[in-house]
Amino acid sequence: MSLAHRIIPCLDTDGESVVKGVNFVALRNAGDPVALARRYNAEGADELVVLDIAASRNRRPTFLKTIRNVAAELAIPLTAGGGIRTLDDARAVVRAGADKVTVNTAAVLRPELISELSGEFGSQAVVLAIDAKRDGHCWRVMTTGGRVSTDLNAVSWAEKGAELGAGEILLTSMDRDGTQSGFDVSLTAAISKKVMVPVIASGGARWPQHFAEIFCDGAADAALAASIFHDEIQSIRSLKEFLARQNIPVRLPC
Amino acid sequence: MKISLLDYGAGNLPSVERALQRLGVQTERISTSAGVANVSALVLPGVGHYGALIRALDGDGLRQSLIAAIGRGVPFLGICLGLQVLFENSEEAPDLQGLQILPGSVRVLSGAVKLPHMGWDQVQAKAGSRLLEGIDSEPYFYFAHSYAVPCSGGGPALETRATCSYGGEFVAVAEKENIFAVQFHPEKSGDAGQRVLENFLRIAA
Repeated sequence: MSLAHRIIPCLDTDGESVVKGVNFVALRNAGDPVALARRYNAEGADELVVLDIAASRNRRPTFLKTIRNVAAELAIPLTAGGGIRTLDDARAVVRAGADKVTVNTAAVLRPELISELSGEFGSQAVVLAIDAKRDGHCWRVMTTGGRVSTDLNAVSWAEKGAELGAGEILLTSMDRDGTQSGFDVSLTAAISKKVMVPVIASGGARWPQHFAEIFCDGAADAALAASIFHDEIQSIRSLKEFLARQNIPVRLPC
Repeated sequence: MKISLLDYGAGNLPSVERALQRLGVQTERISTSAGVANVSALVLPGVGHYGALIRALDGDGLRQSLIAAIGRGVPFLGICLGLQVLFENSEEAPDLQGLQILPGSVRVLSGAVKLPHMGWDQVQAKAGSRLLEGIDSEPYFYFAHSYAVPCSGGGPALETRATCSYGGEFVAVAEKENIFAVQFHPEKSGDAGQRVLENFLRIAA
């Protein structure tokens, strides 16, 4: 018996439609979030993440209606984020049906936000999203959809976030995101071995072997991908069957 | 049949409500002692801080009506924190008292494990669980918690119907007469979770 490694499809939306960027730019439309949510729920996804990538950019209100419609389709946990700056923003997202909220830029600007959220919802509901980019021998935290560089070291920021009450780290490698060249094993391992909360690896998935690598060598607790699932390049069921054959614990759908 | 959900502001109430509605039952939200006094079946969803739930129960005078409802045989399902408050107390808020309906204390999960215990884990069912009827052996359920009722040291030996092992063995399912409680989230546990809710509805009918 052991905790299953989770496979998490991610819907990057502009608030309404699913879009996906390559290295965070060149966005293209990939579909209807509700239809995708329904499909992933049926295919055996362990969780779903829905992000409003435009909210951070244009400071628009978050996409509560999309969350409500997506949540209605799911019998698995839903994480939502994008543009959450205050406790009230998070309350609205939770009330719309999200089980967890992710914070990114706003937490960098005001780290106490993490404690406020975990105080209200519990740390299991607070996901600190970190966009990390390699800078010499370490990784730098980027904010505002990956466009603004900070002075923060990604490993130290993950540790601080967990101390403040984040229950999970959603770690995106900006170097790998959209490249389909595999997850960033060294980045993920560096953080996963330092923090005592689960780490979700994101960015770069293409082949089933990439998932096996990030679980075994990257010490990831969960792995997130978007376009390979949206474009039906990889089915969640066959991915999980592959991992099970490698003796990696996964929850196989019925 | 109508299922009443105790609404004290828990984040997961809407998802529990949706999961029940998908099964075709009517639900209502109640938040007062008068409301609790009239229920025919009660679900206490819960996620977050133990202290927040206990304070809500005490602040609104719900504690006594809840104990009374359970005492008169109303089918009750506690989910996650809704399981934990049935016990004597919790390390998460040591100054507060639980409902003390089941024996044992809530403790932080310990050992060399990451916390929260978050994700899909397998439970080991014991014979005779009514909630787990018709579910494969060692099913996966979705957990999201850092505290639990350990099986060792004065745990609820008689009431435990399934256990899970993470930083030690803890109570995953407890059942006693009309009282049912799960540490995992059936509303988030796909088909297996739906079956748990169906079983509760059948018992409550």
